[in-house]
Amino acid sequence: MSEWRYWLNEQRGTLMGLAIFLLMFTVYIANHPAGLTANVAQTAANKGALFAFVAMAQTLVVITSGIDLSVGMIFVLTNCLASWLVVGEPLPTALGVVAVLVAGMVCGAVNGLLVIYGRLQPIVATIATGAIYFGLALLLRPFPGGSVNEDLADALTGRLFGVIPSSLVLLTAAVLLVWLPFRRSKIGRAAFAAGSSEQAAFMSGMPIRRGKFAAYTLAGLLAAMGGLFLTFFTYTGEAAYASGSGYTLWSIAAVVLGGVSLYGGRGSAIGAIFGAFAARTTGDMLFVFDVDPLWQPLLQGVVLMIAVSIGSLALLRVRNRLDWFL
Amino acid sequence: MTTVETKATPPLFRMEGVSKRYGGVRALENAELDVEAGHIHAILGENGAGKSTLIKIMAGVVAPDEGRMLLDGRDVVFRSPAAASAAGIACVFQELSLVPDLSVADNIAISNPPCRFGMIDRRAQRALAEEALARAGAEDIHPRAAVKDLPLSRRQMVEIAKALASSPRILILDEATSALTAGDVAKVFAVLKRLRSEGLALLYISHRMHEIAELADTCTVFRNGRNVASFRAGTRTNGEVVEMMIGREYSNVFPPKPQRAPSSKPPVLECRNLGWGDRLRDISLSVGEGEVVGLGGLDGQGQRNLLLALFGVLRGTTGSVLIDGGPVAIGSPAAARSSRSAMALIPEDRKTEGLMLPMTVRENLSFAALDRVSRSGIIDRTAEEQLIDEMVRLLAIKTAGLDVPVGALSGGNQQKVVIAKWLMRKPRIVLLNDPTRGIDVGTKQEMYQLLRRLADAGAAILFYSTDYDELIGCCDRVLVLYDGRIVRELEGRGITEHALIASALNVDSGQEGATA
Repeated sequence: MSEWRYWLNEQRGTLMGLAIFLLMFTVYIANHPAGLTANVAQTAANKGALFAFVAMAQTLVVITSGIDLSVGMIFVLTNCLASWLVVGEPLPTALGVVAVLVAGMVCGAVNGLLVIYGRLQPIVATIATGAIYFGLALLLRPFPGGSVNEDLADALTGRLFGVIPSSLVLLTAAVLLVWLPFRRSKIGRAAFAAGSSEQAAFMSGMPIRRGKFAAYTLAGLLAAMGGLFLTFFTYTGEAAYASGSGYTLWSIAAVVLGGVSLYGGRGSAIGAIFGAFAARTTGDMLFVFDVDPLWQPLLQGVVLMIAVSIGSLALLRVRNRLDWFL
Repeated sequence: MTTVETKATPPLFRMEGVSKRYGGVRALENAELDVEAGHIHAILGENGAGKSTLIKIMAGVVAPDEGRMLLDGRDVVFRSPAAASAAGIACVFQELSLVPDLSVADNIAISNPPCRFGMIDRRAQRALAEEALARAGAEDIHPRAAVKDLPLSRRQMVEIAKALASSPRILILDEATSALTAGDVAKVFAVLKRLRSEGLALLYISHRMHEIAELADTCTVFRNGRNVASFRAGTRTNGEVVEMMIGREYSNVFPPKPQRAPSSKPPVLECRNLGWGDRLRDISLSVGEGEVVGLGGLDGQGQRNLLLALFGVLRGTTGSVLIDGGPVAIGSPAAARSSRSAMALIPEDRKTEGLMLPMTVRENLSFAALDRVSRSGIIDRTAEEQLIDEMVRLLAIKTAGLDVPVGALSGGNQQKVVIAKWLMRKPRIVLLNDPTRGIDVGTKQEMYQLLRRLADAGAAILFYSTDYDELIGCCDRVLVLYDGRIVRELEGRGITEHALIASALNVDSGQEGATA
């Protein structure tokens, strides 16, 4: 096998996510009354970015073969926090941004500690912490409200040089500053190894606990980036329970669409970004086709199911059935 | 690696009075061991004799309850595998310690990857992996390949390369050659001898006597958690060594083969022109009642796929399968084990295909036979109990109880559970895929007898083994595969080591094979 085949094999999940997104986005744009204008792209990018941050957060935890059901709630909590803190002059605003990001990391770190040292199942631990984070959000914002530094908000949800949506630049920055260092560091590799085979990782003397802790903590950071972005997007904070749990569940779908293995050890946050954009497009597609709102959840589910099925088409080619379970 | 230790008085590594207990079971009791630099030290013993525990303690995987360890004459305590690795102890584990989703290069450099600016330098890592693979004589493995895509024998070579990459002072090999092909074994031996001359200390654990005879300078025998004897290699006969290991007289390993009268009955299992892509070609074979037919040849020539094809695991096979002379279509393992064909497959990889490790011995045993002990869907606990007791007794499975997780049993006993699980269905056709890999002499012997008893009771047995002695000792006939075809059939006295090796390499029958 030549070099590029190995590359293809490594990137298969990500490329599949990209393909599904391109397919759905093309259908969407082709039927959009305005076509692909800078405005349409900006709106799509902004809405997709919200999903993408949460999906990236989910990816890190899923790679350790865990699952984080609190990502959506960290997202909501940091949104409420930002609507208090990210205001005023540039300096207080900057400090506010840092405080919000740190708060997200603390939430993620708590999850990590419970899972690693408390030996709780990730699914249960994060249901509990998710409820706590939502409770805090509710205390911060019993009613929707608050504000945000609008100059910053407009800059980050707007366009760069009139064409490139700023949100895509932010996502790229998150990939370069969070995902790639994680993926290419020893600690990150320990997280991958722990997800793939914890026993083998232990036998090889890898820092499993630090790897997992880093994954959960950075997941909190990425979810907080999403929460910040939501605040920039809406100018307010709102402790919306449905929104929090919706983002959590869709982040799992996005991760799968992006080729991240739910068994752990395999996948890329870049794939998850594509997955998130694809998931987002399922909603928008129904809008351009002018579907009755009553039918939307049902059809969105159907479209999602088809998209996930495309990803698993590879299984149909398997000739040794034992390969199904790998 | 140019600095060779000057011969100091203390050995490179010493263990004094080391004991380890798991619950009520004493795994290791007062063990003593001296490991010298520039020596290959063989550790022998049955399964459960304490070898694995000994290695795990040296490698920092488990902590001893008592005793001390000295490295260069100084006390050491390993709190983790990482600590042992840092002290220069590398271990090639029998149960592979590779991370399946990572690439070969990632795995080789796993404990100490080359870094630049805090990030893993992939180019340097690649170079390191290539060098390590070359040192292990496994240049055919691509550093970018994912470990899970490699066959077992290649994975084991990666495991060896990985141990070499950490430049250890003490290298422990635990059944490191059990899955290797003959060619690989030769390469690995050359590597080990070179490492010895470079001044490394090697601990070599193997059940293969001829490997130990070829490699070892010193041997230590363990039995029931104690070291019973240490001696210079070559000073005891094989028979004496085996006696030390099992603590009883070493009788004939293989049960006698009965004289087989030609039978008018159709063979129990027959296949005609069986094919699967280009990996199985035109396979025709038959196994009669009470017959043990061996599958030989180099590893990976299609033996495993042949068994899987017969067992209904592969899709898109061509040709026909007949049972008792009548054609059958076996489309799934469930169909294969149904009453009509009553087939059982004892898989090679007991951890993933044969057992559910966290579940108890009882649960694992009864899975395959639930329908035999249930009436209208309800499990009859008494019947289940009886059947399980019978099996545990028949196979002499050593377990602290039926409600112990299978994962806690020793390798040989796990394999017995796999076999017992299938025997509970009273199969008529038994397919075995290298069932004695990494299993001690005593258990092997029990398995050979079991095979023969099954055959005498009328079962048809198809038996793949990488151990030539087994094929010679157990089989009535042996079919040798090469590149997915049967290239040679050996029978009776014609089954000799020479004939097996020659046909496995396809040296004297290439023409026949091509036209078959």
